[in-house]
Amino acid sequence: MRPRSLTAFGFLAPYLLIFASFWLWPIIYSFYLSFMSTRRLPWTFNPKMTWGRVVQDPAFYNALENTLTILAIQVPVMLFLATLLAVMLNSTLLRARGLIRFAFFAPVVIGEAAYAAVFRLMFNTEFGVINKVIESVGLPPVEWFSNPDAAMALIIMAVTWRWVGYNAIIILAGLQSIPQDVYEAATLDRVSPRQQFLYITLPLLKPVILFCLVLSVIGSMQLFAEPYLITNVGGPGGATETLGLYLYRQAFLNLNFGYASAVAYTIAALAVMISALNLWIGRDKT
Amino acid sequence: MSQQNAASRKRAIALHAVIVPLALIWVFPIWMMVVFATRPDSAIFSPKVLLTPGNRFWENFNLLQDDLNFTRTLFVSVVVAVVYTVLSMILTSMAGWALARYKFHGRIAVVGIILGTMTLPYFVVVIPQFILVARDFGLSNTWVALIVPPLFNSLGVLFMRQAFSMMPAELFDAARIDGVSEWKIFLHVGLPLARPMLAALAIILFLASWNNYLWPLLIANDTSMMTAPVALGSLFGLVDVSWGGIMVGAVLMTAPMLAVFVFLQRFFMAGITAGAVK
Repeated sequence: MRPRSLTAFGFLAPYLLIFASFWLWPIIYSFYLSFMSTRRLPWTFNPKMTWGRVVQDPAFYNALENTLTILAIQVPVMLFLATLLAVMLNSTLLRARGLIRFAFFAPVVIGEAAYAAVFRLMFNTEFGVINKVIESVGLPPVEWFSNPDAAMALIIMAVTWRWVGYNAIIILAGLQSIPQDVYEAATLDRVSPRQQFLYITLPLLKPVILFCLVLSVIGSMQLFAEPYLITNVGGPGGATETLGLYLYRQAFLNLNFGYASAVAYTIAALAVMISALNLWIGRDKT
Repeated sequence: MSQQNAASRKRAIALHAVIVPLALIWVFPIWMMVVFATRPDSAIFSPKVLLTPGNRFWENFNLLQDDLNFTRTLFVSVVVAVVYTVLSMILTSMAGWALARYKFHGRIAVVGIILGTMTLPYFVVVIPQFILVARDFGLSNTWVALIVPPLFNSLGVLFMRQAFSMMPAELFDAARIDGVSEWKIFLHVGLPLARPMLAALAIILFLASWNNYLWPLLIANDTSMMTAPVALGSLFGLVDVSWGGIMVGAVLMTAPMLAVFVFLQRFFMAGITAGAVK
């Protein structure tokens, strides 16, 4: 590596230009906006209308509660499943490996609009295949789109279906980076496979799982397309309205940019806090 | 020895008893996508359980085209994704090269900022992006608006930085002694060596652009400039719409990506795990 500032900035310039125009400036500008009342022109400095509103808006708290509920259920379930899948996919005993990998990894490339369409039809209350299965075992059909809890469950299932393979890919890469001789030594010492998993695999996987956890938290805090597309913009009656959807409504349907910016910064602060908490809980206690 | 074989056979059976049903559940929605796309709406919305594909794909395709010019939106999506991928690869590989191969003031700061943006929700920038592009520049429903603002990509830069910093310095020093310019060293020595990483990067960037939903939804609402996912989503709420047609749209959006995934799996995996590389 050599000290060549001018050459280096020459190579960096186009990238930094895009960064400055479409990230740096927006970050600063939306912070400024979060103090402005933008309901009518001219915009005026009025944090009461933005930050003041965030802390007492029942619709905001509804969206926050929904988002945190999804986060608290979906993220642990998904990461548990992803770890399980990664371990199973890594097993030397596995047959038809290619096909099975395809099943779990394929959803990763499918766009929200496409899978939202399938889920809407599969979970259709009257004609959907899921309710037909439920009815065939003698249970009443589930009102997936008009029962608030069922709608929430639907969103959680859809997101888990879409993202579990993505996390499994990352965890699988982590598993494959563990040197094989660790296990050989453990096997020679008569350590059972279960104990090998608990005392060798899991501790060595912890950094990778934490990485997935932080990504998933940030992703969940930004959930937008699924409740927009699957449950008709957060329906029924706001039961699946997430923070992302609430921000979208405030900013782009009501054109209330100031208040929406305050919501955006609240989401960012919460995402950072929850991620930091996760990292702190998962830190190496030495 | 035979005892050990019996034990491992038992483990194999247990493994498959768990993973095969799970795998079937996971492919089921993809299978149903094909089933719905090839059946008339009268079959999709009928009390009969429907699990096998039919032969109505082209009829459904025509119904989709009646509802909205879907081939146009696919064309927009392809152009946006291709141009975006090329431009973003140029930007990120150049920046990654600078961060990997040169020592300069502010290098640590630049890397820190790039890492920082990864944890920052997109919502913090989307509102000013919209005000800037749609209101100040009046660029709604244009190619520039669809392609340029999403160009900033932190993962790509970190990935290319990683790729270039793993190359031995002697390779480039030899060229420098011969008086080759830094730009040409990057172009003719660095980039060709990074070809597998560039392939992985291209797949991830293309996929991100192809499936991008929020930004195109905000910036292109004219039917002639809508991307395929936005166009498809706009049909969901309509009363008089062909769901068989919508599913054809879903298949057309998904099938090329599944093909890429199947044939270029190695690069695809490399792209996804790039973020986890420390």
